[in-house]
Amino acid sequence: MRDLITVLHLTWFEAMRRRILGAALLCGGAFLVLFGIGIHFIVREMHGDNAALLERRMVLNFITLAGMYAVNFLTVMSAVLLPVDTLSGEIESGVSQTLASKPIRRSSILLGKWLAYLTVVLGYLTLMGGGVALVSRLVAGFSLPGLGVGLPLMILEATILTSLSIAGGTRLSTVTNGVMAFGLYGLAFIGGWVEQVGAWSDNEAARHVGVAASLLIPSESMWQLAASQMQPALMREMHFSPFSPASVPSPAMVAWAAGYAVVLVLVAVRSYERRAL
Amino acid sequence: MTGPAIETQSLRRRFGDKLAVADLSLTVDPGEVFGFLGPNGAGKTTSLKMLLGLIAPTSGSGRLMGVPIGERRARERVGFLPEHFRFQDWLTGRELLQFHGRLFGMSGTALEQRIEALLARVDLLDAAHQRVSTYSKGMTQRVGLAQALLHSPRLVFLDEPTSGLDPIGRRLVRDIIRELKADGVTVFLNSHLLSEVEQTCDRVVFVKQGRIVREMRLGSEAHGLELELRLGAVSEEAAIALAAMGSGAREEQGRWRLRLEGEAQVADVVRMLVARGVAVYGVRSSLPTLEQLFLEVLGDEVRPG
Ligand SMILES: Nc1ncnc2c1ncn2[C@@H]1O[C@H](COP(=O)(O)OP(=O)(O)OP(=O)(O)O)[C@@H](O)[C@H]1O
Ligand SMILES: [Mg+2]
Repeated sequence: MRDLITVLHLTWFEAMRRRILGAALLCGGAFLVLFGIGIHFIVREMHGDNAALLERRMVLNFITLAGMYAVNFLTVMSAVLLPVDTLSGEIESGVSQTLASKPIRRSSILLGKWLAYLTVVLGYLTLMGGGVALVSRLVAGFSLPGLGVGLPLMILEATILTSLSIAGGTRLSTVTNGVMAFGLYGLAFIGGWVEQVGAWSDNEAARHVGVAASLLIPSESMWQLAASQMQPALMREMHFSPFSPASVPSPAMVAWAAGYAVVLVLVAVRSYERRAL
Repeated sequence: MTGPAIETQSLRRRFGDKLAVADLSLTVDPGEVFGFLGPNGAGKTTSLKMLLGLIAPTSGSGRLMGVPIGERRARERVGFLPEHFRFQDWLTGRELLQFHGRLFGMSGTALEQRIEALLARVDLLDAAHQRVSTYSKGMTQRVGLAQALLHSPRLVFLDEPTSGLDPIGRRLVRDIIRELKADGVTVFLNSHLLSEVEQTCDRVVFVKQGRIVREMRLGSEAHGLELELRLGAVSEEAAIALAAMGSGAREEQGRWRLRLEGEAQVADVVRMLVARGVAVYGVRSSLPTLEQLFLEVLGDEVRPG
Protein backbone atom coordinates (compact mmCIF):
# COMPACT_ATOMS: atom_id res chain seq x y z
CA MET A 1 0.00 0.00 0.00
CA ARG A 2 2.82 2.31 0.96
CA ASP A 3 4.60 1.55 -2.29
CA LEU A 4 1.43 2.18 -4.24
CA ILE A 5 1.18 5.62 -2.65
CA THR A 6 4.82 6.37 -3.46
CA VAL A 7 4.21 5.49 -7.12
CA LEU A 8 1.01 7.56 -7.04
CA HIS A 9 2.96 10.59 -5.78
CA LEU A 10 5.71 10.03 -8.31
CA THR A 11 3.18 9.91 -11.16
CA TRP A 12 1.31 13.02 -10.02
CA PHE A 13 4.63 14.78 -9.67
CA GLU A 14 5.53 13.73 -13.20
CA ALA A 15 2.25 15.08 -14.57
CA MET A 16 2.99 18.36 -12.84
CA ARG A 17 6.64 18.57 -13.87
CA ARG A 18 5.87 17.81 -17.45
CA ARG A 19 3.24 20.58 -17.35
CA ILE A 20 0.50 18.14 -18.32
CA LEU A 21 -1.74 19.39 -15.53
CA GLY A 22 -1.04 23.01 -16.32
CA ALA A 23 -1.83 22.56 -20.01
CA ALA A 24 -5.06 20.70 -19.24
CA LEU A 25 -6.24 23.37 -16.80
CA LEU A 26 -5.36 26.17 -19.17
CA CYS A 27 -7.28 24.62 -22.09
CA GLY A 28 -10.16 23.76 -19.78
CA GLY A 29 -10.33 27.30 -18.43
CA ALA A 30 -10.26 28.76 -21.93
CA PHE A 31 -13.08 26.44 -22.95
CA LEU A 32 -15.25 27.47 -20.01
CA VAL A 33 -14.72 31.15 -20.75
CA LEU A 34 -15.68 30.62 -24.39
CA PHE A 35 -18.70 28.63 -23.38
CA GLY A 36 -19.76 31.38 -21.00
CA ILE A 37 -19.42 34.06 -23.68
CA GLY A 38 -21.37 31.93 -26.17
CA ILE A 39 -24.24 31.24 -23.83
CA HIS A 40 -24.31 34.89 -22.79
CA PHE A 41 -24.99 36.01 -26.37
CA ILE A 42 -27.59 33.30 -26.92
CA VAL A 43 -29.47 34.42 -23.82
CA ARG A 44 -29.37 38.03 -25.04
CA GLU A 45 -30.69 37.03 -28.42
CA MET A 46 -33.56 35.06 -26.89
CA HIS A 47 -34.53 38.01 -24.69
CA GLY A 48 -34.91 40.07 -27.83
CA ASP A 49 -37.03 37.34 -29.46
CA ASN A 50 -39.37 37.11 -26.51
CA ALA A 51 -39.18 33.37 -26.89
CA ALA A 52 -41.66 31.17 -25.04
CA LEU A 53 -40.48 29.91 -21.67
CA LEU A 54 -40.56 26.27 -22.68
CA GLU A 55 -38.70 26.84 -25.90
CA ARG A 56 -36.14 28.91 -24.02
CA ARG A 57 -35.53 26.12 -21.54
CA MET A 58 -35.14 23.57 -24.30
CA VAL A 59 -32.62 25.69 -26.17
CA LEU A 60 -30.61 26.31 -22.99
CA ASN A 61 -30.74 22.63 -22.14
CA PHE A 62 -29.52 21.79 -25.62
CA ILE A 63 -26.68 24.32 -25.43
CA THR A 64 -25.60 23.13 -21.99
CA LEU A 65 -25.69 19.54 -23.19
CA ALA A 66 -23.57 20.55 -26.16
CA GLY A 67 -21.10 22.00 -23.65
CA MET A 68 -21.19 18.72 -21.78
CA TYR A 69 -20.59 16.89 -25.03
CA ALA A 70 -17.46 18.95 -25.61
CA VAL A 71 -16.34 18.15 -22.04
CA ASN A 72 -17.02 14.49 -22.78
CA PHE A 73 -14.86 14.68 -25.86
CA LEU A 74 -12.00 16.43 -24.05
CA THR A 75 -12.22 13.88 -21.25
CA VAL A 76 -12.12 10.96 -23.70
CA MET A 77 -8.99 12.43 -25.26
CA SER A 78 -7.30 12.97 -21.89
CA ALA A 79 -8.31 9.57 -20.56
CA VAL A 80 -6.64 7.87 -23.50
CA LEU A 81 -3.69 10.21 -24.09
CA LEU A 82 -2.50 11.08 -20.57
CA PRO A 83 -1.59 7.52 -19.53
CA VAL A 84 -0.88 6.23 -23.04
CA ASP A 85 2.91 6.11 -22.64
CA THR A 86 3.31 5.83 -18.89
CA LEU A 87 3.98 2.10 -19.07
CA SER A 88 5.09 1.53 -22.66
CA GLY A 89 7.43 4.53 -22.56
CA GLU A 90 9.11 3.35 -19.38
CA ILE A 91 9.35 -0.20 -20.64
CA GLU A 92 10.97 0.95 -23.88
CA SER A 93 13.48 3.25 -22.18
CA GLY A 94 14.29 0.82 -19.37
CA VAL A 95 13.09 3.12 -16.57
CA SER A 96 10.66 0.38 -15.54
CA GLN A 97 13.63 -1.84 -14.64
CA THR A 98 14.70 0.54 -11.92
CA LEU A 99 11.16 0.50 -10.49
CA ALA A 100 10.43 -3.20 -10.80
CA SER A 101 13.78 -4.25 -9.31
CA LYS A 102 12.83 -2.52 -6.07
CA PRO A 103 11.37 -4.63 -3.25
CA ILE A 104 7.83 -3.76 -4.28
CA ARG A 105 5.09 -5.63 -6.10
CA ARG A 106 4.49 -4.89 -9.73
CA SER A 107 0.81 -4.52 -8.94
CA SER A 108 1.75 -1.54 -6.73
CA ILE A 109 3.46 0.12 -9.70
CA LEU A 110 0.55 -0.52 -12.01
CA LEU A 111 -2.20 0.43 -9.58
CA GLY A 112 -0.28 3.50 -8.40
CA LYS A 113 -0.03 4.79 -11.95
CA TRP A 114 -3.63 3.86 -12.72
CA LEU A 115 -4.90 5.67 -9.64
CA ALA A 116 -2.76 8.72 -10.39
CA TYR A 117 -4.08 9.14 -13.92
CA LEU A 118 -7.61 8.22 -12.96
CA THR A 119 -7.72 10.94 -10.30
CA VAL A 120 -6.29 13.47 -12.73
CA VAL A 121 -8.80 12.57 -15.46
CA LEU A 122 -11.76 12.44 -13.09
CA GLY A 123 -10.69 15.67 -11.44
CA TYR A 124 -10.56 17.27 -14.86
CA LEU A 125 -13.96 15.87 -15.81
CA THR A 126 -15.57 17.03 -12.57
CA LEU A 127 -14.08 20.50 -12.86
CA MET A 128 -15.09 20.88 -16.48
CA GLY A 129 -18.50 19.22 -16.24
CA GLY A 130 -19.29 21.10 -13.05
CA GLY A 131 -17.87 24.21 -14.71
CA VAL A 132 -20.22 23.97 -17.69
CA ALA A 133 -23.24 23.45 -15.41
CA LEU A 134 -22.13 26.35 -13.22
CA VAL A 135 -21.49 28.74 -16.11
CA SER A 136 -24.88 27.91 -17.57
CA ARG A 137 -26.50 28.63 -14.24
CA LEU A 138 -24.63 31.85 -13.55
CA VAL A 139 -24.90 33.30 -17.04
CA ALA A 140 -28.29 32.01 -18.13
CA GLY A 141 -29.92 31.08 -14.84
CA PHE A 142 -30.45 27.55 -16.14
CA SER A 143 -29.84 24.48 -13.97
CA LEU A 144 -29.07 21.35 -15.89
CA PRO A 145 -31.34 18.53 -14.74
CA GLY A 146 -30.01 15.09 -13.89
CA LEU A 147 -26.41 16.21 -13.34
CA GLY A 148 -26.22 13.93 -10.29
CA VAL A 149 -26.81 10.90 -12.53
CA GLY A 150 -25.15 12.17 -15.69
CA LEU A 151 -21.79 13.07 -14.19
CA PRO A 152 -21.25 9.67 -12.49
CA LEU A 153 -22.02 7.98 -15.81
CA MET A 154 -19.42 10.15 -17.52
CA ILE A 155 -17.02 9.25 -14.72
CA LEU A 156 -17.62 5.59 -15.46
CA GLU A 157 -16.90 6.21 -19.13
CA ALA A 158 -13.63 8.01 -18.32
CA THR A 159 -12.65 5.20 -15.95
CA ILE A 160 -13.11 2.63 -18.70
CA LEU A 161 -10.96 4.58 -21.17
CA THR A 162 -8.20 5.35 -18.63
CA SER A 163 -8.06 1.68 -17.67
CA LEU A 164 -8.05 0.65 -21.32
CA SER A 165 -5.08 2.92 -22.04
CA ILE A 166 -3.19 1.61 -18.99
CA ALA A 167 -3.95 -2.01 -19.83
CA GLY A 168 -2.81 -1.55 -23.43
CA GLY A 169 0.43 0.04 -22.23
CA THR A 170 1.49 -3.16 -20.50
CA ARG A 171 1.90 -4.93 -23.85
CA LEU A 172 1.72 -2.47 -26.73
CA SER A 173 4.03 0.27 -27.89
CA THR A 174 2.86 3.82 -27.25
CA VAL A 175 1.64 4.44 -30.79
CA THR A 176 -0.09 1.07 -31.15
CA ASN A 177 -1.77 1.60 -27.81
CA GLY A 178 -3.11 5.01 -28.80
CA VAL A 179 -4.33 3.76 -32.16
CA MET A 180 -5.98 0.79 -30.52
CA ALA A 181 -7.74 2.77 -27.77
CA PHE A 182 -9.07 5.40 -30.18
CA GLY A 183 -9.99 2.66 -32.64
CA LEU A 184 -12.14 0.96 -30.03
CA TYR A 185 -13.64 4.28 -29.02
CA GLY A 186 -14.46 5.03 -32.67
CA LEU A 187 -16.04 1.61 -32.98
CA ALA A 188 -18.33 2.31 -30.04
CA PHE A 189 -19.13 5.75 -31.45
CA ILE A 190 -20.13 4.42 -34.87
CA GLY A 191 -21.89 1.50 -33.19
CA GLY A 192 -23.98 4.01 -31.25
CA TRP A 193 -25.12 5.70 -34.44
CA VAL A 194 -25.86 2.43 -36.18
CA GLU A 195 -28.03 1.59 -33.19
CA GLN A 196 -29.93 4.88 -33.47
CA VAL A 197 -30.52 4.49 -37.16
CA GLY A 198 -31.63 0.93 -36.51
CA ALA A 199 -34.08 2.11 -33.86
CA TRP A 200 -35.48 4.81 -36.10
CA SER A 201 -35.90 2.63 -39.11
CA ASP A 202 -37.02 -0.37 -37.07
CA ASN A 203 -34.08 -2.36 -38.37
CA GLU A 204 -33.43 -5.04 -35.76
CA ALA A 205 -30.14 -6.16 -37.31
CA ALA A 206 -28.67 -2.65 -37.16
CA ARG A 207 -29.76 -2.33 -33.54
CA HIS A 208 -28.03 -5.57 -32.65
CA VAL A 209 -24.81 -4.42 -34.32
CA GLY A 210 -24.94 -1.27 -32.23
CA VAL A 211 -25.54 -3.16 -29.00
CA ALA A 212 -22.71 -5.55 -29.81
CA ALA A 213 -20.34 -2.60 -30.31
CA SER A 214 -21.43 -1.16 -26.96
CA LEU A 215 -20.81 -4.48 -25.27
CA LEU A 216 -17.35 -4.63 -26.81
CA ILE A 217 -16.50 -1.22 -25.39
CA PRO A 218 -19.26 0.38 -23.33
CA SER A 219 -17.79 3.90 -23.18
CA GLU A 220 -19.97 5.77 -25.68
CA SER A 221 -23.16 4.19 -24.36
CA MET A 222 -22.39 5.67 -20.93
CA TRP A 223 -22.32 9.13 -22.51
CA GLN A 224 -25.61 8.50 -24.32
CA LEU A 225 -27.20 7.39 -21.10
CA ALA A 226 -25.77 10.41 -19.28
CA ALA A 227 -27.05 12.78 -21.97
CA SER A 228 -30.53 11.29 -21.86
CA GLN A 229 -30.59 11.76 -18.10
CA MET A 230 -29.55 15.39 -18.29
CA GLN A 231 -32.76 16.60 -19.96
CA PRO A 232 -36.43 16.69 -19.02
CA ALA A 233 -38.57 13.70 -20.03
CA LEU A 234 -40.49 15.77 -22.57
CA MET A 235 -37.38 16.71 -24.47
CA ARG A 236 -36.13 13.14 -24.31
CA GLU A 237 -39.36 11.84 -25.88
CA MET A 238 -39.24 14.35 -28.71
CA HIS A 239 -35.95 12.96 -30.07
CA PHE A 240 -35.27 16.35 -31.50
CA SER A 241 -31.53 16.48 -30.90
CA PRO A 242 -28.62 14.05 -31.16
CA PHE A 243 -28.64 14.02 -27.35
CA SER A 244 -32.16 12.59 -27.29
CA PRO A 245 -31.62 9.30 -29.04
CA ALA A 246 -34.34 6.93 -30.13
CA SER A 247 -32.63 4.02 -28.40
CA VAL A 248 -31.27 4.60 -24.91
CA PRO A 249 -28.86 2.04 -23.41
CA SER A 250 -30.48 -0.06 -20.72
CA PRO A 251 -29.48 0.17 -17.04
CA ALA A 252 -27.98 -3.30 -17.40
CA MET A 253 -25.39 -1.66 -19.61
CA VAL A 254 -24.22 0.34 -16.57
CA ALA A 255 -23.54 -2.85 -14.65
CA TRP A 256 -21.75 -4.23 -17.69
CA ALA A 257 -19.62 -1.08 -17.95
CA ALA A 258 -18.68 -1.16 -14.27
CA GLY A 259 -17.73 -4.83 -14.49
CA TYR A 260 -15.82 -4.05 -17.68
CA ALA A 261 -13.68 -1.44 -15.90
CA VAL A 262 -12.90 -3.80 -13.03
CA VAL A 263 -11.91 -6.60 -15.41
CA LEU A 264 -9.72 -4.22 -17.42
CA VAL A 265 -7.77 -3.26 -14.30
CA LEU A 266 -7.35 -6.89 -13.25
CA VAL A 267 -6.18 -7.83 -16.74
CA ALA A 268 -3.72 -4.91 -16.69
CA VAL A 269 -2.24 -6.02 -13.35
CA ARG A 270 -1.84 -9.58 -14.51
CA SER A 271 -0.39 -8.62 -17.84
CA TYR A 272 2.17 -6.28 -16.27
CA GLU A 273 3.13 -8.82 -13.62
CA ARG A 274 3.98 -11.39 -16.28
CA ARG A 275 5.80 -9.11 -18.63
CA ALA A 276 9.54 -9.33 -19.29
CA LEU A 277 11.03 -5.92 -18.49
CA MET B 1 23.95 -14.57 7.11
CA THR B 2 24.63 -18.14 6.17
CA GLY B 3 24.38 -19.83 2.83
CA PRO B 4 25.28 -18.43 -0.56
CA ALA B 5 24.35 -14.92 -1.65
CA ILE B 6 23.28 -16.17 -5.06
CA GLU B 7 22.43 -19.69 -6.02
CA THR B 8 20.90 -20.86 -9.30
CA GLN B 9 20.03 -24.24 -10.75
CA SER B 10 19.77 -24.65 -14.51
CA LEU B 11 18.25 -21.27 -15.24
CA ARG B 12 17.06 -21.10 -18.81
CA ARG B 13 15.38 -18.38 -20.80
CA ARG B 14 14.06 -18.51 -24.31
CA PHE B 15 12.84 -15.56 -26.39
CA GLY B 16 10.75 -17.10 -29.14
CA ASP B 17 13.10 -19.61 -30.72
CA LYS B 18 16.18 -17.75 -29.50
CA LEU B 19 17.83 -19.33 -26.50
CA ALA B 20 19.31 -16.40 -24.58
CA VAL B 21 20.37 -18.38 -21.50
CA ALA B 22 20.77 -22.12 -21.89
CA ASP B 23 21.67 -23.52 -18.51
CA LEU B 24 23.01 -21.32 -15.78
CA SER B 25 24.02 -22.93 -12.52
CA LEU B 26 26.19 -20.89 -10.22
CA THR B 27 26.87 -20.10 -6.62
CA VAL B 28 28.22 -16.82 -5.32
CA ASP B 29 29.41 -16.63 -1.73
CA PRO B 30 28.57 -13.74 0.59
CA GLY B 31 31.15 -10.98 0.41
CA GLU B 32 32.50 -12.13 -2.91
CA VAL B 33 33.14 -9.77 -5.83
CA PHE B 34 32.01 -11.87 -8.72
CA GLY B 35 32.68 -11.13 -12.39
CA PHE B 36 30.27 -12.37 -15.02
CA LEU B 37 32.11 -12.20 -18.33
CA GLY B 38 31.30 -13.13 -21.86
CA PRO B 39 31.02 -11.80 -25.37
CA ASN B 40 28.14 -9.58 -26.52
CA GLY B 41 24.89 -11.47 -26.59
CA ALA B 42 26.15 -14.18 -24.25
CA GLY B 43 23.08 -13.74 -22.06
CA LYS B 44 24.68 -11.79 -19.21
CA THR B 45 21.99 -9.12 -18.92
CA THR B 46 19.23 -11.70 -19.35
CA SER B 47 20.71 -13.80 -16.53
CA LEU B 48 20.91 -10.80 -14.25
CA LYS B 49 17.31 -9.80 -15.03
CA MET B 50 16.15 -13.28 -14.13
CA LEU B 51 17.92 -13.01 -10.78
CA LEU B 52 16.18 -9.67 -10.15
CA GLY B 53 12.74 -10.95 -11.11
CA LEU B 54 12.50 -8.65 -14.14
CA ILE B 55 12.27 -11.63 -16.47
CA ALA B 56 10.74 -14.94 -15.54
CA PRO B 57 12.95 -17.94 -16.32
CA THR B 58 11.59 -20.41 -18.85
CA SER B 59 12.80 -23.12 -16.49
CA GLY B 60 15.18 -23.58 -13.59
CA SER B 61 15.27 -21.91 -10.21
CA GLY B 62 17.38 -19.64 -8.07
CA ARG B 63 17.65 -17.94 -4.71
CA LEU B 64 19.03 -14.61 -3.52
CA MET B 65 20.18 -14.87 0.08
CA GLY B 66 17.94 -17.86 0.51
CA VAL B 67 14.76 -16.33 -0.93
CA PRO B 68 13.44 -17.69 -4.26
CA ILE B 69 14.00 -15.26 -7.14
CA GLY B 70 10.90 -13.42 -8.29
CA GLU B 71 9.58 -13.01 -4.74
CA ARG B 72 9.39 -9.47 -3.46
CA ARG B 73 11.51 -10.32 -0.39
CA ALA B 74 14.36 -11.55 -2.57
CA ARG B 75 14.98 -7.95 -3.66
CA GLU B 76 14.83 -6.43 -0.19
CA ARG B 77 18.59 -6.13 0.42
CA VAL B 78 19.52 -5.91 -3.24
CA GLY B 79 20.76 -2.93 -5.26
CA PHE B 80 20.80 -2.77 -9.05
CA LEU B 81 22.39 -0.52 -11.66
CA PRO B 82 20.84 -1.41 -15.03
CA GLU B 83 22.80 -1.60 -18.25
CA HIS B 84 21.25 1.39 -20.00
CA PHE B 85 20.81 3.34 -16.75
CA ARG B 86 17.74 5.33 -17.69
CA PHE B 87 15.94 6.98 -14.80
CA GLN B 88 13.02 9.34 -14.26
CA ASP B 89 14.97 12.18 -15.82
CA TRP B 90 12.40 14.87 -15.11
CA LEU B 91 13.44 14.62 -11.45
CA THR B 92 16.49 16.33 -10.02
CA GLY B 93 19.28 14.12 -8.79
CA ARG B 94 18.24 14.60 -5.18
CA GLU B 95 14.55 14.00 -5.88
CA LEU B 96 15.43 10.84 -7.77
CA LEU B 97 17.23 9.48 -4.72
CA GLN B 98 14.35 10.54 -2.46
CA PHE B 99 11.78 8.64 -4.51
CA HIS B 100 13.94 5.56 -4.91
CA GLY B 101 14.71 5.62 -1.20
CA ARG B 102 11.00 5.57 -0.46
CA LEU B 103 10.59 2.59 -2.77
CA PHE B 104 13.20 0.85 -0.63
CA GLY B 105 11.01 1.64 2.37
CA MET B 106 13.24 4.41 3.74
CA SER B 107 12.06 7.79 5.01
CA GLY B 108 12.79 10.76 7.24
CA THR B 109 16.19 11.97 8.36
CA ALA B 110 17.77 8.54 7.91
CA LEU B 111 16.99 8.80 4.20
CA GLU B 112 18.05 12.44 3.92
CA GLN B 113 21.39 11.77 5.60
CA ARG B 114 22.02 8.74 3.46
CA ILE B 115 21.25 10.75 0.31
CA GLU B 116 23.68 13.54 1.24
CA ALA B 117 26.40 11.03 2.04
CA LEU B 118 25.94 9.19 -1.25
CA LEU B 119 25.75 12.39 -3.30
CA ALA B 120 29.08 13.35 -1.79
CA ARG B 121 30.47 9.88 -2.40
CA VAL B 122 29.64 9.87 -6.13
CA ASP B 123 30.67 13.52 -6.42
CA LEU B 124 27.27 14.90 -7.43
CA LEU B 125 26.60 17.36 -4.59
CA ASP B 126 27.01 20.33 -6.93
CA ALA B 127 24.59 18.89 -9.49
CA ALA B 128 22.03 17.50 -7.05
CA HIS B 129 19.53 20.28 -7.76
CA GLN B 130 19.71 19.85 -11.53
CA ARG B 131 17.33 17.66 -13.48
CA VAL B 132 18.74 14.29 -14.42
CA SER B 133 17.87 15.07 -18.07
CA THR B 134 20.66 17.65 -18.02
CA TYR B 135 23.24 15.17 -16.72
CA SER B 136 26.11 13.81 -18.78
CA LYS B 137 26.30 10.07 -19.33
CA GLY B 138 28.81 9.69 -16.53
CA MET B 139 26.73 11.76 -14.10
CA THR B 140 23.63 9.69 -14.88
CA GLN B 141 25.59 6.55 -14.23
CA ARG B 142 26.89 7.89 -10.93
CA VAL B 143 23.44 8.90 -9.72
CA GLY B 144 22.33 5.40 -10.75
CA LEU B 145 25.08 3.93 -8.65
CA ALA B 146 23.99 6.03 -5.66
CA GLN B 147 20.42 4.83 -6.25
CA ALA B 148 21.58 1.22 -6.07
CA LEU B 149 23.33 1.78 -2.73
CA LEU B 150 20.67 3.83 -0.93
CA HIS B 151 19.43 1.15 1.44
CA SER B 152 22.89 -0.30 2.22
CA PRO B 153 22.21 -3.49 0.26
CA ARG B 154 23.93 -6.80 1.02
CA LEU B 155 24.03 -7.73 -2.65
CA VAL B 156 24.67 -5.34 -5.53
CA PHE B 157 24.18 -6.08 -9.23
CA LEU B 158 26.12 -3.84 -11.58
CA ASP B 159 25.55 -4.27 -15.33
CA GLU B 160 28.44 -2.56 -17.11
CA PRO B 161 28.89 0.05 -14.38
CA THR B 162 31.87 1.75 -16.00
CA SER B 163 30.91 1.70 -19.67
CA GLY B 164 30.22 5.45 -19.88
CA LEU B 165 32.84 6.68 -17.48
CA ASP B 166 36.16 8.44 -17.92
CA PRO B 167 39.22 7.10 -16.07
CA ILE B 168 38.42 9.19 -12.98
CA GLY B 169 34.86 7.93 -12.89
CA ARG B 170 36.10 4.38 -13.38
CA ARG B 171 38.41 4.68 -10.44
CA LEU B 172 35.50 5.98 -8.37
CA VAL B 173 33.46 2.88 -9.21
CA ARG B 174 36.45 0.66 -8.50
CA ASP B 175 36.93 2.30 -5.11
CA ILE B 176 33.25 1.95 -4.29
CA ILE B 177 33.36 -1.75 -5.17
CA ARG B 178 36.37 -2.14 -2.86
CA GLU B 179 34.50 -0.37 -0.05
CA LEU B 180 31.51 -2.61 -0.57
CA LYS B 181 33.76 -5.63 -0.39
CA ALA B 182 35.34 -4.33 2.81
CA ASP B 183 31.83 -4.08 4.27
CA GLY B 184 31.16 -7.67 3.31
CA VAL B 185 28.73 -6.81 0.52
CA THR B 186 28.43 -9.25 -2.35
CA VAL B 187 28.98 -7.66 -5.77
CA PHE B 188 27.84 -9.21 -9.03
CA LEU B 189 29.57 -7.43 -11.89
CA ASN B 190 28.87 -7.64 -15.63
CA SER B 191 31.63 -6.01 -17.59
CA HIS B 192 33.60 -6.02 -20.78
CA LEU B 193 36.36 -3.87 -19.36
CA LEU B 194 38.58 -6.73 -18.35
CA SER B 195 41.28 -4.59 -16.79
CA GLU B 196 38.58 -3.25 -14.43
CA VAL B 197 37.35 -6.71 -13.62
CA GLU B 198 40.90 -7.81 -13.01
CA GLN B 199 41.40 -5.11 -10.44
CA THR B 200 38.20 -5.72 -8.52
CA CYS B 201 36.94 -9.28 -8.83
CA ASP B 202 37.78 -12.25 -6.64
CA ARG B 203 36.37 -14.76 -9.07
CA VAL B 204 35.08 -14.70 -12.60
CA VAL B 205 33.15 -17.00 -14.85
CA PHE B 206 33.12 -16.89 -18.62
CA VAL B 207 29.72 -17.47 -20.21
CA LYS B 208 28.83 -18.29 -23.75
CA GLN B 209 25.22 -18.65 -24.88
CA GLY B 210 24.17 -18.69 -21.28
CA ARG B 211 26.44 -21.52 -20.26
CA ILE B 212 29.45 -21.26 -17.99
CA VAL B 213 32.44 -22.40 -19.99
CA ARG B 214 35.16 -21.60 -17.47
CA GLU B 215 35.46 -20.41 -13.93
CA MET B 216 38.59 -18.96 -12.38
CA ARG B 217 39.81 -17.32 -9.23
CA LEU B 218 41.82 -14.17 -9.87
CA GLY B 219 45.00 -12.93 -8.26
CA SER B 220 46.41 -16.42 -7.85
CA GLU B 221 49.10 -18.12 -9.87
CA ALA B 222 46.66 -20.83 -10.84
CA HIS B 223 46.88 -19.79 -14.45
CA GLY B 224 50.67 -19.63 -14.50
CA LEU B 225 53.09 -16.77 -14.88
CA GLU B 226 53.90 -14.87 -18.03
CA LEU B 227 57.73 -14.52 -18.20
CA GLU B 228 59.48 -11.95 -20.36
CA LEU B 229 63.28 -12.13 -20.86
CA ARG B 230 65.73 -9.77 -22.49
CA LEU B 231 68.67 -11.93 -23.57
CA GLY B 232 71.96 -11.76 -25.43
CA ALA B 233 72.73 -14.28 -28.19
CA VAL B 234 70.80 -17.51 -27.59
CA SER B 235 72.25 -20.72 -28.95
CA GLU B 236 69.96 -23.24 -30.54
CA GLU B 237 70.58 -25.66 -27.69
CA ALA B 238 69.71 -22.99 -25.11
CA ALA B 239 66.54 -22.10 -27.03
CA ILE B 240 65.39 -25.71 -26.99
CA ALA B 241 66.12 -26.04 -23.27
CA LEU B 242 64.22 -22.80 -22.61
CA ALA B 243 61.17 -23.94 -24.58
CA ALA B 244 61.15 -27.18 -22.60
CA MET B 245 60.84 -25.33 -19.28
CA GLY B 246 57.46 -23.73 -20.01
CA SER B 247 54.81 -23.46 -22.62
CA GLY B 248 54.30 -21.20 -25.61
CA ALA B 249 57.92 -20.02 -25.83
CA ARG B 250 58.40 -17.43 -28.57
CA GLU B 251 60.76 -14.61 -29.53
CA GLU B 252 59.44 -11.21 -30.49
CA GLN B 253 61.81 -8.32 -31.23
CA GLY B 254 64.62 -9.67 -29.11
CA ARG B 255 62.34 -10.49 -26.18
CA TRP B 256 61.58 -14.03 -25.20
CA ARG B 257 58.27 -14.94 -23.66
CA LEU B 258 56.97 -18.11 -22.13
CA ARG B 259 54.30 -19.27 -19.70
CA LEU B 260 55.60 -20.87 -16.47
CA GLU B 261 53.70 -22.73 -13.79
CA GLY B 262 54.87 -20.58 -10.89
CA GLU B 263 57.42 -18.25 -9.38
CA ALA B 264 59.82 -21.01 -8.33
CA GLN B 265 60.51 -21.75 -11.96
CA VAL B 266 61.77 -18.24 -12.71
CA ALA B 267 65.01 -18.88 -10.80
CA ASP B 268 65.43 -22.23 -12.59
CA VAL B 269 65.14 -20.58 -15.97
CA VAL B 270 67.71 -17.90 -15.14
CA ARG B 271 70.13 -20.47 -13.69
CA MET B 272 69.80 -22.62 -16.80
CA LEU B 273 70.46 -19.68 -19.13
CA VAL B 274 73.50 -18.49 -17.19
CA ALA B 275 74.90 -22.02 -17.11
CA ARG B 276 74.61 -22.13 -20.91
CA GLY B 277 76.46 -18.84 -21.25
CA VAL B 278 73.47 -16.73 -22.29
CA ALA B 279 73.64 -13.12 -21.17
CA VAL B 280 70.50 -12.20 -19.17
CA TYR B 281 69.78 -8.44 -19.36
CA GLY B 282 66.28 -8.37 -18.00
CA VAL B 283 63.67 -10.63 -16.39
CA ARG B 284 60.02 -9.72 -15.84
CA SER B 285 57.30 -12.00 -14.67
CA SER B 286 53.62 -11.13 -14.52
CA LEU B 287 50.27 -12.84 -14.12
CA PRO B 288 48.64 -13.31 -17.50
CA THR B 289 46.09 -10.55 -18.12
CA LEU B 290 42.42 -11.39 -18.03
CA GLU B 291 42.21 -10.30 -21.62
CA GLN B 292 44.76 -12.96 -22.58
CA LEU B 293 42.75 -15.54 -20.64
CA PHE B 294 39.44 -14.29 -22.10
CA LEU B 295 40.71 -14.72 -25.63
CA GLU B 296 42.26 -18.07 -24.76
CA VAL B 297 38.97 -19.35 -23.31
CA LEU B 298 36.46 -17.75 -25.68
CA GLY B 299 38.63 -16.44 -28.45
CA ASP B 300 38.57 -18.94 -31.28
CA GLU B 301 34.90 -19.49 -31.92
CA VAL B 302 33.65 -16.11 -30.85
CA ARG B 303 32.74 -13.56 -33.43
CA PRO B 304 31.67 -10.07 -32.41
CA GLY B 305 27.98 -10.56 -31.45
N1 LIG C 1 13.53 -9.10 -24.84
C1 LIG C 1 14.19 -9.86 -25.72
N2 LIG C 1 13.56 -10.39 -26.78
C2 LIG C 1 14.22 -11.16 -27.67
N3 LIG C 1 15.52 -11.47 -27.59
C3 LIG C 1 16.22 -10.99 -26.55
C4 LIG C 1 15.60 -10.16 -25.56
N4 LIG C 1 16.53 -9.82 -24.65
C5 LIG C 1 17.67 -10.41 -25.05
N5 LIG C 1 17.49 -11.12 -26.19
C6 LIG C 1 18.51 -11.91 -26.91
O1 LIG C 1 19.15 -12.73 -25.97
C7 LIG C 1 20.55 -12.77 -26.21
C8 LIG C 1 21.28 -12.40 -24.96
O2 LIG C 1 21.10 -11.02 -24.69
P1 LIG C 1 21.72 -10.29 -23.42
O3 LIG C 1 21.27 -8.89 -23.46
O4 LIG C 1 21.42 -11.08 -22.22
O5 LIG C 1 23.28 -10.38 -23.76
P2 LIG C 1 24.51 -9.73 -22.98
O6 LIG C 1 25.42 -10.84 -22.62
O7 LIG C 1 24.06 -8.86 -21.87
O8 LIG C 1 25.16 -8.86 -24.13
P3 LIG C 1 25.97 -7.47 -24.04
O9 LIG C 1 27.33 -7.80 -23.60
O10 LIG C 1 25.97 -6.98 -25.45
O11 LIG C 1 25.25 -6.57 -23.11
C9 LIG C 1 20.82 -11.85 -27.37
O12 LIG C 1 20.97 -12.62 -28.52
C10 LIG C 1 19.58 -11.00 -27.47
O13 LIG C 1 19.31 -10.70 -28.81
MG1 LIG D 1 24.22 -6.84 -21.44
